Amino acid sequence: MPLTPAQTLASIAVMAGVTFLTRALPFLLFDRGEHPPKLVLYLGRVLPPAIIAMLIVYCLKGVTFSAMGGWVPPLSAGLAAVLLHIWKGNDLLSIFGATVFYMILVQGVFV
Amino acid sequence: MNRTTLAAAFPVTVPVLMGYLAIGMAFGLMLQSIGYGVGWAALMSLTIYAGSGQYLGVSLLAAGASLPQVAFLTLMINFRHLVYGLSMLEKFRGMGWRKFYMIFSLTDETYALLSSAQAPEGVEEHDFFFWVALLDQSYWVLGSVIGSVLGAALSFDTTGVDFAMTALFLVIAVGQWKAAGSHLPALLGGAATLASLLLAGAEDMLLPALAVIVIALTLLRPRLDPDWNREEEKSCP
Repeated sequence: MPLTPAQTLASIAVMAGVTFLTRALPFLLFDRGEHPPKLVLYLGRVLPPAIIAMLIVYCLKGVTFSAMGGWVPPLSAGLAAVLLHIWKGNDLLSIFGATVFYMILVQGVFV
Repeated sequence: MNRTTLAAAFPVTVPVLMGYLAIGMAFGLMLQSIGYGVGWAALMSLTIYAGSGQYLGVSLLAAGASLPQVAFLTLMINFRHLVYGLSMLEKFRGMGWRKFYMIFSLTDETYALLSSAQAPEGVEEHDFFFWVALLDQSYWVLGSVIGSVLGAALSFDTTGVDFAMTALFLVIAVGQWKAAGSHLPALLGGAATLASLLLAGAEDMLLPALAVIVIALTLLRPRLDPDWNREEEKSCP
């Protein structure tokens, strides 16, 4: 704990302020009139699938191919989530099933 | 409190419950390990509320980083949030005082839920959004506090439970894939991020990926935006 409580509070306040600013900026810029620019609305519509794909790759960034344990658990559990979801279409089943499968693999199989 | 709305919002947030308890606990543990107790963990999760941002925060506090450094690095790690609001401009319109909270609580996971989940029949949409956001943050705060208090005393091995986050994003991607008119945005997002991971490395991958995604989608507008042609016709009578 190299900082004093007051310095820690100041650091936390800066982190909170900057984080809020990154989330609020689109609203500050484009949420004034009745209609935001058409380009902005278009980006708002097409961005979610691109961002979700980005977050998936980001979640899987730790995958390595030097040992089986580095890629088999995340990629097979990821595939299980997708296949379960295409098959049953139940969010909870797909997420629980894939997560339990992953936990078994990392705790019991590829230790 | 409206129980119908809560009953509709809760099941949607269960994947985030699993993920946030897991990564929230890891945060509480990390913060405890550098000498900050449960009060600090709760304060950070209540006021900052950002997964990767708070993990970074632990290292910044441990290193005694200066305030400009704290500001710059927090901005860098949360840069992706700059585009999240673009998809929520219409959704949050007319939410009154709750809009402030919706913007504050727009994490990756809440963004993912809100960009795909629909309020069921008979449930007011804005109430539904608000409860999804509020439940998500309550899991995050709860996870941080449990991690800080119980620490290693937990007997259940939770290794791997954070995969719930990956599975949540995958499930949302499958749903979007089925509903989408064009698969180009999803393919582009995945390919750009993969390229960025290989070229820039795991530490710095998000900013280049995000830039490529936004620029490429802007250039692809004539192809992806159904309103584009009509607009042009109107401007050329």
